[in-house]
Amino acid sequence: MDLKKRVEQCLGPDNLVVSMIECQGDLSVEVPKRSVVDVMRLLRDTPDLGFNFLSDLFGVDNLDLNKPKKKPTKKTEEGAETEEEPEEKGPFPPRYEVVYLLLCLERNERLQVKVRVEESDMEVDTLTPVWKAANWPEREVFDMFGIRFKGHPNLKRLLMWDDFPAHPLRKDYPLEGQGEERHLIYDD
Amino acid sequence: MNQNPTPQTGHDTGDYVTVNIGPSHPAMHGTLRVVALTDGESLKKVDPEIGYLHRGVEKLGESLTYHQFIPITDRLNYCSAIPNNVSYEMAVEKLMGVEVPEKAQLIRVIMMELARIADHQVCIGILGVDLGAFTPFFYLIIQREEIYEIFEWFNGARLTNTFGRIGGVDADLPDDFEQRWEELKPNVRKANDETEKLLTHNRIWMDRTIGVSAFSAEDALNWGFTGPCLRACGVKRDLRIDEPYCMYDKFKFEVPVGKNGDVFDRYIVRMIEMEESLKIIDQAYKLYKEMPADAPLMARVPKVIKPPAGEVYSALESPNGELGFFVKSDGSAKPYRIRIRPPCFMIYQAFPELVEGELIADLVACLSSLNVIAGELDR
Repeated sequence: MDLKKRVEQCLGPDNLVVSMIECQGDLSVEVPKRSVVDVMRLLRDTPDLGFNFLSDLFGVDNLDLNKPKKKPTKKTEEGAETEEEPEEKGPFPPRYEVVYLLLCLERNERLQVKVRVEESDMEVDTLTPVWKAANWPEREVFDMFGIRFKGHPNLKRLLMWDDFPAHPLRKDYPLEGQGEERHLIYDD
Repeated sequence: MNQNPTPQTGHDTGDYVTVNIGPSHPAMHGTLRVVALTDGESLKKVDPEIGYLHRGVEKLGESLTYHQFIPITDRLNYCSAIPNNVSYEMAVEKLMGVEVPEKAQLIRVIMMELARIADHQVCIGILGVDLGAFTPFFYLIIQREEIYEIFEWFNGARLTNTFGRIGGVDADLPDDFEQRWEELKPNVRKANDETEKLLTHNRIWMDRTIGVSAFSAEDALNWGFTGPCLRACGVKRDLRIDEPYCMYDKFKFEVPVGKNGDVFDRYIVRMIEMEESLKIIDQAYKLYKEMPADAPLMARVPKVIKPPAGEVYSALESPNGELGFFVKSDGSAKPYRIRIRPPCFMIYQAFPELVEGELIADLVACLSSLNVIAGELDR
């Protein structure tokens, strides 16, 4: 049985699948944010799935994808540009997502698990009790996107310094930075 | 990171002394910093701090086109840039659904395995230097330099190779590759033999490495270990065999595994891997010679790379372990998000667990044997 059906069989009965996308052979499953730890335990402990290895964990900011796409402006004969109204779409998907890359060592299958994170509720349950490997990646996601992980043993910035005022991988953070400087304070 | 960079010294926490090691200490491999709480010579608590080489590679990638990002990937693991380049190219090729011509795949294999040998030579050489064995370093580094000569003569750069393009490779192997390779091969074997004679059964070497920072297979998997560090723990996992890419399924080679996951096993695994890499290059070059001279080196890809919207993850076995790229495209000429999965990142986060309870001198041995490269750790 292919992976998609097995995942559906495992998570389907508890309504844990929000959506499933396949891209070039990579299967990704979106699950509800509140039950992410339960989902991971299920995926790890169900015998015919057995995703026993956390390969990676990272965040994605969907800000630019959510912007209404401008249609190419048409030039009229006079040279004046007319802008067309952007297409009306449904409600935008939540801004952030946290992606977990799982791996089954026995069958060499990979699975992406995704949770979407609203700007109003930037907290996800930590995965460190399930895999210790989630420790630093979660700190990096907190550092770069400002998503907090509830229950993480040591949630502080990983790559930037402690009092850095922003979250650099967000799409609204400029590439050049905002002029932050690190002032070194030495004891006398 | 600690707001106050000056280390606390002296008897500030009872009987224990806080020792600051690095970031600019020769034994800390560039820019790694460890704040250690010590009880005499032994380590009570170890707190690694990273980020001193953070350059925002993932953020940079969002502002560059797909081809412009290849030179940036050189700067991840700067000891072996070629697997970084190929891993990124493979991810974009997977996103676009491009099939790379076989000849280009073979050139990639040959170059990647040369890079693997060079990387392991540096790792073992530096491990020796850190433990006080200076001679093997010279034997190995001379041969590494010969490998870099091949890289330099292939495309003009020793370290930052910018190897290949999306869809294949830009240049064929030069005509006298065979002659250079036949000269290099016995020299590499000889250097490895000399190193093995000097180190493997050396009493001091054995005392300093056997049983130091031993790790169980279960812990290693839980912490996300890959590559030689995982194989040293006794788990037979190698992406070249488990998830074959670049025609690796056509080559015959052994995957060495250790038993105890200590510094000695990591050293032995790397030594054997170098020998296996030599065999792989021989086989790949034999297949390469059977190809017609005018076989294509590039798949048909557009000049401006615009993959369809979507997201893929693609990984390969770099010298340090699983090196993966997650590329998300929104259909434009620039990647929407690039995530790099560096092998060191997962390995180094287990560092406190690896060295706590050991001696300070063993911290240095453990760090060298993990082959943590700050460039790919901090990105």
